[in-house]
Amino acid sequence: MRNPTIDTAVIPPARRPRKPAATIGRGAVYALMLLAVLVVGLPLYWMLIGSLKTLTEIRTFPPTWFPQEPRLANFTDAWNGAPFGRFYINSLVTTLAGTALEMLNAVFSAYALAFLRFPRKNLVFILLLAALMVPTQVTILPNYLTMARFDWVNSYQGIVLPGAAVAFGTFLLRQYFLGLPRDVIDAARVDGCTHLRLMWRVVVPMSWPAIVTFGLISLVSKWNEFLWPLVITNTLEMRTLPIGISYLLDSEGNTQWGTVMAGTIFVILPVLIVFLLAQRFIVGGITSGATKG
Amino acid sequence: MRDESVAGPTMAGGVRAANAARPEARAIGRLRRARRSEALLFLLFIGPNLLLFGVFTYWPMIYNAYLSTVRWDLIAPIKTPVGLDNYRYLLDNATFHTVMKNTFVFTLGAVGGSLLLGLLVALLLNQPLRGRDGARTALFAPTMLSGAAISIVWVYMFDPRFGLLAEFLSWFSLRSPNWLRDPQWAMAAIIIVYIWKNVGYTVVIFLGGLQAIPKDLYEAARVDGAGPVRRFWNITLPQLSPITFFLMVTSLINSFQAFDIIKVMTDGGPVDSTNTLIFYVYEQGFVAFNAGRAAAASLILFVLMFGVTIAQLRWGERRVHYA
Repeated sequence: MRNPTIDTAVIPPARRPRKPAATIGRGAVYALMLLAVLVVGLPLYWMLIGSLKTLTEIRTFPPTWFPQEPRLANFTDAWNGAPFGRFYINSLVTTLAGTALEMLNAVFSAYALAFLRFPRKNLVFILLLAALMVPTQVTILPNYLTMARFDWVNSYQGIVLPGAAVAFGTFLLRQYFLGLPRDVIDAARVDGCTHLRLMWRVVVPMSWPAIVTFGLISLVSKWNEFLWPLVITNTLEMRTLPIGISYLLDSEGNTQWGTVMAGTIFVILPVLIVFLLAQRFIVGGITSGATKG
Repeated sequence: MRDESVAGPTMAGGVRAANAARPEARAIGRLRRARRSEALLFLLFIGPNLLLFGVFTYWPMIYNAYLSTVRWDLIAPIKTPVGLDNYRYLLDNATFHTVMKNTFVFTLGAVGGSLLLGLLVALLLNQPLRGRDGARTALFAPTMLSGAAISIVWVYMFDPRFGLLAEFLSWFSLRSPNWLRDPQWAMAAIIIVYIWKNVGYTVVIFLGGLQAIPKDLYEAARVDGAGPVRRFWNITLPQLSPITFFLMVTSLINSFQAFDIIKVMTDGGPVDSTNTLIFYVYEQGFVAFNAGRAAAASLILFVLMFGVTIAQLRWGERRVHYA
């Protein structure tokens, strides 16, 4: 979020002399841009200072813009207010396993669709893409019943497996694979390279940006997933972070907001860090997916 | 799959023995075997994915259609067949009518709002400004964050007694409505949060589209004396139409599935004022244990989504300008 400073350093300043009217116009444009960033950033700032306020300070009006006497105990209160250690483990296990499965599925399926011959291959491709049209709410109840039959309610495989199938990622990677230089792949084939070797030694390394982008997006969406983990788990110990956080809320209206904001930071911080570190991959990948696809 | 792998070599072996004397036939046999092993590899690679889709997407669709014709509480050993009663119930039910209306209002507000605001901000960021890459990243960040967690932050901000929005309104001497407890305001609050969370995505995609428009088109228009407004209507919008179209389809599908914000902020209330179709499906299935009605409602939602997507594709074919 602090990137504007970095970017100002990189982009050389424009040196053309301007008319006063143009300068005012530019000022207005900058003000609007700042406003947009402020509007988007404000809730995150509010969460941060809320997590440091005492309940008395939170309940004063007008609200304070800086915490008067920062209270770090909100974080320990939040951590002890619900089994957050357990939530973290659940979220980590299901997110990592789900992402790994999605990536493997996407790479193998995309490779098969791009490079292997198969009768009526297009039908297989359409079968995969058609799954994109089926919304979660149609599958959620039958999937719950399937899981109940396998006795997988309240289990990691119950949370992970329905999300392990990949349609869109397969489609994206297939497009990317087809765009790789043909002669490199043909040369490897002529040299007697097996398909598995070709995939791991040539195709995957050459497609690294696309695979990383897809992996990151998959990681983030699994971490944030809400509806399915909500219905497939029903004990406190199996809840993931996005669901566990609401245990801090008080239905009687006596919510300890400082503690709750500290809890939301537990959920948001890991993703925010991943995003800020990898934003070039994520934002760039999403743009090219839409504009070239 | 296993059968084939056993049968494959034996059959090929038979062919090889019969044609041992003729080299070209042997070559054909080898080719055929290579083809077959390649097809086998294809199935091996894509099989797990297809299997998962079969079990968790295609089979549920069929089973869901069946469930929509029974009465069942998810526990009883017997599902009572009721024909189309579940659909009849929904079509006559006042709550379901409210749900449909809510879904329409939410979709219109959420999709329309994100697209319009997204386009405006993208136009803003499409100018040579310092720090605009940073602004783009900042605007995109909320789309990456947990909807459940962020909704909790917004509940705090919407609080009419000490919330941030009450503070803003007080600057204009306005009293804050009781956003989440007032049926008149709850849906507006949900839409605001949805737009806040998703507008960054439309900004990023629109910006990508704007930057792909060839600069010489604008130069030519300027030479012809077209002002900024005309350039926008005659160049930017038509050139952007494939992107707008893409965003309309994806935003619509996403907004139909918006659940976490509603569940956390209002739980569908007050008095069903934020109960949308997806929430209704969840409520009927997992709170009221009414499998038949949940299934019927979800099928109605599916048909709606399907219809809208097809309609958009049709409309898009005629209207979208592909460069």
